Amino acid sequence: MGEEISLDHRFQAYVDADNKVEPKDWMPEKYRKTMIRQISQHAHSEVVGMLPEANWITRAPSLRSKLILLAKVQDEGGHGLYLYSAAETLGISREELLDDLLAGRAKYSSIFNYPTLNWADMGAVGWLVDGAAIANQVMLCRTSYGPYARAMVRICKEESFHQRQGYEIMMHLAAGTPDQKAMAQDALNRWWWPSLMMFGPPDDQSPNTAQSMAWRIKRKTNDELRQEFVDKTVPQVEFLGLNVPDSHLKWNDAREHYDFGPIDWEEFFQIIAGNGPCNKERLAARQKAHDDGMWVREAALAHAKKRAAASASNALKTSAA
Amino acid sequence: MSQSPDAWPLWEVFVRSKNGLAHKHSGSLHAPDAETALKSARDVYTRRSEGVSIWVIPSSAVVASSPDEREPLFAPSDDKPYRHPTFYDIPDEVGHM
Repeated sequence: MGEEISLDHRFQAYVDADNKVEPKDWMPEKYRKTMIRQISQHAHSEVVGMLPEANWITRAPSLRSKLILLAKVQDEGGHGLYLYSAAETLGISREELLDDLLAGRAKYSSIFNYPTLNWADMGAVGWLVDGAAIANQVMLCRTSYGPYARAMVRICKEESFHQRQGYEIMMHLAAGTPDQKAMAQDALNRWWWPSLMMFGPPDDQSPNTAQSMAWRIKRKTNDELRQEFVDKTVPQVEFLGLNVPDSHLKWNDAREHYDFGPIDWEEFFQIIAGNGPCNKERLAARQKAHDDGMWVREAALAHAKKRAAASASNALKTSAA
Repeated sequence: MSQSPDAWPLWEVFVRSKNGLAHKHSGSLHAPDAETALKSARDVYTRRSEGVSIWVIPSSAVVASSPDEREPLFAPSDDKPYRHPTFYDIPDEVGHM
């Protein structure tokens, strides 16, 4: 027991000095569990996040926009893979991670349980949803767990195109016909509040924040990140000539930040609990992809085994000859 | 914690960003065999011209030093400052050396 306490102290001093934790280093069991939970949720979010956008690949309005959307969705699949690999360094298998997602034991970002109703949503999702994700991920580039931090650096580099292509869609719509501009405003109205919720519950209702800050897993709190996002995004809304759907939004000279209205946390907690508009649909799509891909996984493995056996028996023949 | 025998094995991916530089660890991935690992590595780790050459190595083949050995392995070089050029005082008049 005494030794355990001193290990905990040493670990805390180690992360306090801004050192990175690597897979084989000693870490408190709770740190390991927290990292597995956070990284796997992040991985699941990337993978489930492909679904709302995949919905529009076949209906993109031009070949150019189709190629861009394909590349973006492919990136998200890649980001899921980097993150699953980072989680696996903590001693959990890929299968366990996927099982947890499909069985509904693991969470993913609440935002992906909203539907993408029209092409303007591709603009709003890229701009706001990826924008909010980037704010979080830029912070996580400095997280204390080495493999997670390295995955984040890659992801951040790749993801800034995601936000810019989304904003470009919004610019085109906002500068288009009155109907197109109305589409852009409608998408902003629907995605604004869910995007603010992406940063998670307010600090005083976020049970994990204090420990995560102490372990330098997170470097900023949910509320700090949310404020940064609002401050950065409002001028972007103004540039588009659109309106933020928040009558309380107002620049506060004393704070040097925007004040904004109350967030409907009841909606957020309902979605987390599985009662959002698309929760069932998203998990069903994942389950179907998993089931439909099973024969491919099995066949690839059987083929690899057969070839390995053949080359072993050839080697045996050669050495016998 | 354990991986079932039916799971695809894990591979470590190393990418050379351009000729003249060494292959550097990029990350890892699961694949049934080396050929597929190479193809997947291309898709997963070089979507933006990050490389001109890829190595994939079964993760199980990596032999690593243990963090517990960090002291005995690496501490001995800490007390040998004479291995560094700054250990020696050479007058400025001598010029760059």
